[in-house]
Amino acid sequence: MTTTTQNNQVVENASRRRFIIDTSVVGSGLMLGIGSFSASAAAPHNPNTMMSATSPEVNAWINIKPDDTVVIRIVRSEMGQGTRTGLAQLVAEELECNWKKIITESPTPGQSLSRKRVWGEFSTGGSRGIRISEDYVRRGAAGARIMLVQAAANQWNVSPSELSVDKGIISHKASGRKISYGKVAEAAAKLSPPDPKSIQLKNPKDWKVAGKPLARLDTFDKVNGTKIYGTDLQLPGMLCAAIKQSPVFGGKVKSFDANKVKNFRGVKAAVQVGDNAVAVVADTWWRAKVALDSLPIEWDEMGNGSISSVEIKKQMEEGLQAVGDFWGRKEGDAPAAIKTSNKIVEAIYSTPFQAHATMEPMNATARYTNEKAEAWVPTQNGEASHATLAEASGLPLNQCEIYKLDPGMGLGRRGGTQEYVTQAIRIAKQFPGIPIKMIWSREEDMTHDYYHPTAMAKMQAGLDSNGNITGIHIKTSGPSINATLNPMAIKNGKDNRQLQGFDEAVAPVGAQLGYTFPNLLTEYVMRNSHVPVGPWRGVNTNQNGLFMECFIEECARAAGKDSVAFRQALMKNHPKHLGVLNAAAKKANWSKPLPSGVHRGVAQFMGYGSYSACVAEVSVTGGSLVKIKRLVFALDCGHVVNPYLVREQIEGSVVMALGAIFNQEITVENGRIKQQNFDSYPLLKLAQVPKVESVLVPTMDFWGGVGEPTICVVGPAIINAISAALGKPLRNFPLVNEGLTLA
Amino acid sequence: MQLTVNGKVHNIDVEANMPLLWAIREIIGLTGTKYGCGVAQCGSCTVYMNGEPVRSCSIPVSAVGAMKITTVEALSPDNSHPIQKAWIALDVPQCGYCQSGQVMAAAALLKRIPKPTDSDIDNAMSNICRCGSYQKIRDGIHVASGQKKLADVLAFYEATPQSRA
Repeated sequence: MTTTTQNNQVVENASRRRFIIDTSVVGSGLMLGIGSFSASAAAPHNPNTMMSATSPEVNAWINIKPDDTVVIRIVRSEMGQGTRTGLAQLVAEELECNWKKIITESPTPGQSLSRKRVWGEFSTGGSRGIRISEDYVRRGAAGARIMLVQAAANQWNVSPSELSVDKGIISHKASGRKISYGKVAEAAAKLSPPDPKSIQLKNPKDWKVAGKPLARLDTFDKVNGTKIYGTDLQLPGMLCAAIKQSPVFGGKVKSFDANKVKNFRGVKAAVQVGDNAVAVVADTWWRAKVALDSLPIEWDEMGNGSISSVEIKKQMEEGLQAVGDFWGRKEGDAPAAIKTSNKIVEAIYSTPFQAHATMEPMNATARYTNEKAEAWVPTQNGEASHATLAEASGLPLNQCEIYKLDPGMGLGRRGGTQEYVTQAIRIAKQFPGIPIKMIWSREEDMTHDYYHPTAMAKMQAGLDSNGNITGIHIKTSGPSINATLNPMAIKNGKDNRQLQGFDEAVAPVGAQLGYTFPNLLTEYVMRNSHVPVGPWRGVNTNQNGLFMECFIEECARAAGKDSVAFRQALMKNHPKHLGVLNAAAKKANWSKPLPSGVHRGVAQFMGYGSYSACVAEVSVTGGSLVKIKRLVFALDCGHVVNPYLVREQIEGSVVMALGAIFNQEITVENGRIKQQNFDSYPLLKLAQVPKVESVLVPTMDFWGGVGEPTICVVGPAIINAISAALGKPLRNFPLVNEGLTLA
Repeated sequence: MQLTVNGKVHNIDVEANMPLLWAIREIIGLTGTKYGCGVAQCGSCTVYMNGEPVRSCSIPVSAVGAMKITTVEALSPDNSHPIQKAWIALDVPQCGYCQSGQVMAAAALLKRIPKPTDSDIDNAMSNICRCGSYQKIRDGIHVASGQKKLADVLAFYEATPQSRA
């Protein structure tokens, strides 16, 4: 338990700074409303702040204050996944500083730009926060350590090789002299930095701070309401905006009657936002929303007003029958091998559109003058927000600035898709000099997502007389994420991103298929609709993992073989995939018989450079009510920087996956999304969640992701267990469509 | 009208149908209570009305009258409520957005049932968490109610209070 003293200190600091808005700081546009507390507030576990322009430093990554407070700079976003704490652990490890004296700060995208992106990419998607940053942040920290030690050596006129460091104290054993980092930081900053390439990083086996289950750096203000999210921001003179976008995707504003709401209390104006949205600006958000709900708006549906889920599914079904150049992997002749097999297994699966439904709805606050555009954004990618702000404001990047806030979840929604920044600055441009806080209602958020794409798959396999697979043909169809977000990545109608998880190689995307088949054909037939789609935690490993692992299960049953043994036999060339499968099976006592009425399922898959396996035990009552009795998860993410927080990511992934496979389905009617809120798009609740037993089996020879690779095996493991209980395959998801409910 | 929030009486001039949530957030300026859904589904807006947990997004401010409102900011002056201490010790929150509501719901449960069973927890904790912190919420309630030792809960995660410090 943390001491009361620490708590007191933090709470005082938090409440003191809470509504302090230093107007001189606001004027310079550096830090606004959040994090503008003094450097002396260096209690342990201080939350993150924004970097001040004048902040001194040893190097770009590290600033050490005279009182030995170590300020670590982090540009990746923190939205609950623990990247801030993990990166700080990696830095502290190489710096050899005192973990108790650490705070973190966030350089802004503008500061990054002015220093030639010295901190690297801001993007916090694709489970990249740690695995892509680890090398340069560790080198940055080690370089700072070398400079600090050199500074002490210079002061004492000894060789740096005679000095040692422990928890930020440099010692000269021969003379007994000691000095803290804070005392030499200023001198160290004047030295030439070592060549990063010449630095020898620590062997992870020797880690003392990294690799440990340390407490998060930023929990304190999440339990007393003092953490400021985007929706909470309060700026001097600020107005609030509620927005309504065309209910039909691709539709445009035809007209709206602003006069109808001009006398509503608190309302300043109703304004058009781009060609597809209308906003009401008022003194408070609730008043803006009330007026917006009463505002008559006419939409041009641009011909999309009759599209429904039925048509979208028909397109995919047609796609599964289409003949053409769709292949991603072609090894041997799978169709021929299957055709001449002793036994043919075939199944068609379908998965729905799904919404991100982050707890904090989309929002952004923006202020525009002729000289400067600023936005306060809960974002997974500060640089994407920055670029969007420049484009939408019409001002060059160096006259734009983004102040990041920790998002109330991202899940992929707050990375590449930044239309809320565009909207906020478009509104703000109509109120020069006034900060406009634009918040989407939950209904707006639910009906204007970049959804996880719906998909279908036709899976075919041949079995020989011994029950061995002769060939596999995977044919998927559905909307392409690249078609919505990155059309240039699609070449000749082919988009291998939609085949994520079936790859031959580990690199570059880290989603290798863990099986070797004598013949293999993978195909993706693109069938786009007007519904925008985007990355959703785990992205295409979700449906592809489900297709593969449910189908392998059907094959194992058709072959009359044990689910684990059948997989193991196909995984000889994939020791890491096999390693997690075996670890999960061992922890779950796979070979041990289960009590009557309890059934098991298993799945393994790879994504984002990491290997996952899951074993589930379920019971099914009355053929419909599913109770999850046990859930075991094994993960090999290479290096584990914080095992406690990695386990929390697994636990969270399980919850998200369970909701997705049982209940959640976004459907389209009359060109618009039918589900509006959590009553029609139910999220999982505590009572439905099993206790997750996580086994971490890092092989310490690579760096994999954590946030996303842990989701795609949960669904198929549970589905396979239910299917074992019912004695029939399950192919239409979510499972509510198969008449199943999670108890 | 008058609204008593965290022991302080506020004279506010607002529409009768303004939800309590928005009066708390935008008129009184306490933003710890969150907007998540606006239709009493998610519980991010949980506050106490005369000590009972309610979903403030769906209660018009005119219905509050003289009842005393308590928000997460006033649960304790220093993060010292047993639920807050357990939440910190176990790092229950991930993104944290729903946690004001979770903390308020959990603290209300302990007040009503000082030693809740798993079944009591299932019934009482209907707040939504999209990060999926539910397993830790359950652990946190067990620790805060003194039914499990922190060290025993952490052992399940191969951690100790010392290794987390």
